[in-house]
Amino acid sequence: MNARTLLLTATAEACAPVPRRHLTGSQWAAFVTALTQDSSLELRAMWADGVSVYTIFLAPEDGTVIFASVSVELGLYQALSPARPSAVLYERMIHDLWGHTAADGLDMRPFLDHGNWTATPPLAIRPLPNLTAPEPKEFLPAEGEGLHRIPVGPVHAGIIEPGHFRFTAQGEIIVRLEARLGYLHKGTLGLMQGKSPRVAARFAARLSGDSTVAHAIAFARAAEAAAHVLPPPRAEALRCVFAEIERIANHLGDIGGIINDAAFALMQARFVWHREHLLRATETAFGHRLMMDAVVPGGVSVDLAPGGEDTIIQALDTLAAEWDALLATYDNSASLADRVVSTGTLSASLAASFAPGGFIGRASGQAADLRRVPGYGHYRDIDVEMPVLTAGDVDARVRIRMAEVVESARLLRHILPRLPEGALLERLDAVSGEGLGWAEGFRGDIWHWVRVEGGQIAAAFMADPSWRQWPLLEVAVEGNIVADFPLCNKSFNCSYSGVDL
Amino acid sequence: MAWRTMWRALRDGPATEPAPAADPLLAESLAARLHAAAQRRLGRGLAIRQVDSGSCNGCELEIHMLGSIVYDLERLGLRFVASPRHADVLLVTGPVTRNMHDALLRSWAATPDPKFVVAVGDCAIDGGVFKGSTAIIGGIDAAVPVDAFVRGCPPTPAAILEVLCTLIEANTPPPERVRRI
Repeated sequence: MNARTLLLTATAEACAPVPRRHLTGSQWAAFVTALTQDSSLELRAMWADGVSVYTIFLAPEDGTVIFASVSVELGLYQALSPARPSAVLYERMIHDLWGHTAADGLDMRPFLDHGNWTATPPLAIRPLPNLTAPEPKEFLPAEGEGLHRIPVGPVHAGIIEPGHFRFTAQGEIIVRLEARLGYLHKGTLGLMQGKSPRVAARFAARLSGDSTVAHAIAFARAAEAAAHVLPPPRAEALRCVFAEIERIANHLGDIGGIINDAAFALMQARFVWHREHLLRATETAFGHRLMMDAVVPGGVSVDLAPGGEDTIIQALDTLAAEWDALLATYDNSASLADRVVSTGTLSASLAASFAPGGFIGRASGQAADLRRVPGYGHYRDIDVEMPVLTAGDVDARVRIRMAEVVESARLLRHILPRLPEGALLERLDAVSGEGLGWAEGFRGDIWHWVRVEGGQIAAAFMADPSWRQWPLLEVAVEGNIVADFPLCNKSFNCSYSGVDL
Repeated sequence: MAWRTMWRALRDGPATEPAPAADPLLAESLAARLHAAAQRRLGRGLAIRQVDSGSCNGCELEIHMLGSIVYDLERLGLRFVASPRHADVLLVTGPVTRNMHDALLRSWAATPDPKFVVAVGDCAIDGGVFKGSTAIIGGIDAAVPVDAFVRGCPPTPAAILEVLCTLIEANTPPPERVRRI
């Protein structure tokens, strides 16, 4: 039996908009075995609660979202990582937070847990006091003549989030990189429990500040699905506006940052100036530069201010006026091309097996975009065009970002004059239910899940695409010089806080 | 071509904006602290080391903008440095997570005296929305002494710049001292 048929034999639990297939341990083991032969299902997220492990798969051909869970028996479940290597980080995180062990997992070293927490595992039904002293971190070995190790972080030289990078290098060439994260773990999932979706939305908005809108949309959609509520049309359209502004602003900052890492300060100055201009227009239109807490379960909390539409369109016009000149500078600068072309290459085959999504996927032949397939909200009514490149290098990731800026600007010009009139917020009743929500952030696919009991969150998870992108960064820098790491890292721009939870 | 560039420069003016005024009250208290400690004056320039001790990266986005052409931090004698060993000011964001506590203490210890700590963002004040989590120890002053706070979630670049300008103000040698030299 193939993997999808196996799932249909399992019990369907109520979850909106996709029913959850709950598997017993043996059904799950058969499913994992079937997955090794079946590459049509992409792993998109994985997490747990006190008694089960949850997974989301996407079939890119027809846009089917598959939500499957397995009972944890005696603290064990069959590991998914032998069939889907992208599950490794999820399995390590599940072990750290809930204590469930992936039997036959490829790597079970701690990830988020650094030995500093007062009680472990923090989200288990009964955590135990942590009485042991933190142990030194263990890194994967790399052996050979002339190899040396470079430890970097958690505090880095630039203004970026903390994480530890362990390089093994031969002379200047990176032989192996391992990223050890978890420094930003704030216990967010635990804080969400027992709160109403309205209050918990503040945590979704602060999982990763740069994706505050996208995460808030995914969370709101999950909470709305659980309560069987649809946000008003104006709210759906405004959410698109927020999300596309966020995408443009982040891409402008990223493009500038990447180019600056190649010592081309002129273009960085212009891109960042446009970013600031757009953020100020956003503040005028919606009262907050990053639109934090603008999206809430049931709709949106802020309307377009009078004149806000013109301010945003003006910012886009200013960008459009300089765009061709910026693009020409990028295309015609040999010193820049020398740094970005064929640097940090991610092969299409590896991208296919990890399904990283976002600009990383689109630069390596993966067309996935949740706005198109399976679609959601207002995007179901509009066409989104996304180019795909296959080079997979820093240059391709810059070019995909540039194309996304142009497309998002086009979407904004399309949506803003056609905003539906009406209410902004639909009331969410204090009911019980389970819901799944997704959104396409600037980094890629974001998945949120909530289980609400009597209007309070019993369990929740917020999945950033960075979970599947960090391991690809580790591979993409192999064979590059150490000095090109900042360039590669910025071109991936994975979230630290987004995975540290 | 040259005419067009000149015309555009005249029409648009410089992209960099004037610096915000310093808050006199905060400047006075910071100057008093420096004076009371009888520490050697640093001179007008300040080197800043940013440390993220648990932020969601929202504050980093805005701190990043300070280096942009619009705010151009360096014209004010402020610059970001790569190591706490070169810094006068630690600009710390986020609540202090248990996993970053040690790294923050080490960064603070590595910063030579006299030093200032500026806590940026609502989380840095008391943990913000993450207050009460067992995975954090609290705001920045739960780990290291803080000299100035910047409110906001995240604070705007202008708000951060204002506090930094105030620090420079407090750090400028008083007039009588200049005369003696």
